[in-house]
Amino acid sequence: MSKRFANTGRLMRFALRTDRIKLPVWVTSLVLFTILFGQMIPGLYTTGIDRKIMAETMKNPAITVMLGPGYGLDNYTDGAMMAHFMLLFSAIAFGIMSILLTADHTREDEEEGRLEMIRSLPTGALSPLTATVLTGVITNVIMALLIGFGLASLGFETMDLNGSLLYGASLGAIGIYFVVLTGLFAQLTPNARATTGYSFAFLIITYILRGIGDVSSEALSLITPFGFILRTQVYVNNYWWPVWVTLIISTLVFVFSLYLNSIRDLGAGFISTKPGKTYASGLLSFPTGLALRLQRSSIIAWTVGLFVLGSSYGSILGDLEGFIESSDLIKQMIPDTGDGLNMTERFVSLLMTILSIMGSVPVLLFVLKLRSEEKKNRTEHILTRAVSRNSLLGGYTVIALIAAPVIQLASLSGLWSSAVMVMEDPVSFQTLLTAGMVALPAMWCMVALAVLLIGVAPNRTGLTWLYLGYTFFVVYMGDMLKLPDWTNKLTPFGYIPQIPTEEINVFTLIILTMIAILLMVMGFMAYNKRDIQG
Amino acid sequence: MSIVTVNHLTKKFGKFTALDGVDLEVNKGEIYGFIGPNGAGKTTTIRIMLGILKATSGQVRIFGKDAWDDAVEIHKNIAYVPGEVNLWPNLTGGEVIDLFVKLRGSGNKNRREELIERFQLDPSKKCRTYSKGNRQKVALIAAFASDADLYILDEPTSGLDPLMENIFQQCVRDAKAQGKSILLSSHILSEVEKLCDCVSIIRQGKIIESGSLDDLRHLTRTGITVRTKQPFENLEGLKGVYGIEQKDHSLYFQVDSEELGNVMKYISSYGIVSLESAPPTLEDLFMRHYKEDGGKV
Repeated sequence: MSKRFANTGRLMRFALRTDRIKLPVWVTSLVLFTILFGQMIPGLYTTGIDRKIMAETMKNPAITVMLGPGYGLDNYTDGAMMAHFMLLFSAIAFGIMSILLTADHTREDEEEGRLEMIRSLPTGALSPLTATVLTGVITNVIMALLIGFGLASLGFETMDLNGSLLYGASLGAIGIYFVVLTGLFAQLTPNARATTGYSFAFLIITYILRGIGDVSSEALSLITPFGFILRTQVYVNNYWWPVWVTLIISTLVFVFSLYLNSIRDLGAGFISTKPGKTYASGLLSFPTGLALRLQRSSIIAWTVGLFVLGSSYGSILGDLEGFIESSDLIKQMIPDTGDGLNMTERFVSLLMTILSIMGSVPVLLFVLKLRSEEKKNRTEHILTRAVSRNSLLGGYTVIALIAAPVIQLASLSGLWSSAVMVMEDPVSFQTLLTAGMVALPAMWCMVALAVLLIGVAPNRTGLTWLYLGYTFFVVYMGDMLKLPDWTNKLTPFGYIPQIPTEEINVFTLIILTMIAILLMVMGFMAYNKRDIQG
Repeated sequence: MSIVTVNHLTKKFGKFTALDGVDLEVNKGEIYGFIGPNGAGKTTTIRIMLGILKATSGQVRIFGKDAWDDAVEIHKNIAYVPGEVNLWPNLTGGEVIDLFVKLRGSGNKNRREELIERFQLDPSKKCRTYSKGNRQKVALIAAFASDADLYILDEPTSGLDPLMENIFQQCVRDAKAQGKSILLSSHILSEVEKLCDCVSIIRQGKIIESGSLDDLRHLTRTGITVRTKQPFENLEGLKGVYGIEQKDHSLYFQVDSEELGNVMKYISSYGIVSLESAPPTLEDLFMRHYKEDGGKV
């Protein structure tokens, strides 16, 4: 048996070496981020009244969908707040990190033929998978301990050692869960893209299911890894069992993937592919057609995904109405502005902004696809034929620009269709349509930034994700964390009017669009002047 | 009539000089061999010709047009096969061939079928399942199915089996017969010898040798294996003789091409029993330059 795991230790050291930049970056940024937050939270709400109001607001089912159920709301301590605000988000970040790291060393290595080289050396058949998973486990354990002791060392009364260690352990357990899950998908799927795709789809779907479950059905929430781990009720009741159960499930998944690994051939998967066409369709006769064809399934999947996300947000709007009706405190907090708008409608505008930012993810993916094509030496096939650089970059840009309203339409239709079913006094489609469409200039600005980077700094296109991440954070958490106003003005989404509560300022929208056009023109000019890498 | 003219081409990547004053000329109806060790600058030169990379200085003109400014116009009459063919894993070989042909403009449908048949490619398979050789076939079929005037082939046969290499060589000859020009970069010197009219050797970004194969042969030495009735008295003292080795009953040595006449006169006076002369190969020439290179480093 040990032969099948020969040289696992060496492979682990090798994995650590190849990731010697990536790993420390992930570890330090996630750990520091968490500790900085722990440091910040106690200063946010200092008086008892503040806390009460906050706790009342956090009972909002919409908040529950986004952040998970609030525990200890009756005595909303700093610790309870920390866990409620941050645990689920950090868990998602841990999941993303684990998926990316694991996919790189499993299916990606296999597809690129690196695994073949390793397997030709005296390594066991199961060693590469085991080494990758163990490396992921160790990384997560180290992060869990750093966060645990780090938070405890802040010395806040309500963030004690036991709770802090549990906080870290919950995140570590989720990380490990996604390490083995990605390992499993690496066995099931036939290629690297599918491995990452299925893993992320799993993450997103379980996040949404948890959201629906948290407001409507405890059982639904409990079958998802996120819902499960939130039941640790960190800093309130400190239950350790969800951590142990998650780890046991992870072990079982790992053993199962080892079994699958042992019975399949190198390069094969269990989800099979069918033979394709001998001749190309008419779509494949111009560069934009190729760009569309390559991203066809991705475009469809994201559109459906955003529709589902929209409708899952919409499904809680009914609960929201009831919640506002039942809470006197909330009613007092929101003065009647006399414009006849109810609380739900106000909330809808925030939801729509968040959906627009989420919708920017696929839109950016569609334009940045050109960059990944270049990295894989595939743009040279196009550019060495009678195709200009403008028409190549133009194709990808146009797809992204048009995808923006399509995606918006999908998410707002989703929101509307489920809102109609659950609300007594539903939001009008017209309102949602306006709210969705005013966000377009901001989404186009993001596309334009990507185009600019593709032209000017092709090796730095990742910055667009950082910027979108910043935007998401500021819009999502800005109010709750009392971030200064200017943080909001550093992103194009900060200039988008909140429909229906604010008036449309056409001038601002035109300026945003102009900025987008300007950035794109600069990007195109630079793209025409630079060397193509492949 | 020259199809490609490269004039004092220089390309720098940061501080590194990849090409340092490269000159090339490919004439109509000519097969031009472009050889050199790995990293010498072959692919960089080709990529500048294709307008993918921008020259730091110097000029590249194809069909009399500027390779950078008029790239799109030029590409309508060019077929290119890269050395490392990376394809879209989720498209089939057939789809990629059609795409490539259509993106260039015109193509010949019958020729496509014929080439698929000749290269024995299954066009309904997804590119992810193709081996290196099969991916190269896709690029070659797309190139030869199009009516280009200039074929730029960058190590196109590195993954092909000998049978397929033969078919490739036929395709190149067919193209030449139709008056097309071909620039062939290759490591397989026997292939270059078989096909090319002219050859340039590039090393460390500089063209170190250039001319027709016959011209180049004069620059190198002929290998002679000879057996004579009487032993030689002073062979090593003769001008232009190198590397004498005793092989069983015969003697092997190399002669500078220009001294060949004198040496033959000398050895014939010793009564030749058998004589074999091996013509200088491109490999000898290449190795000589390559070794010089190694000596310097």
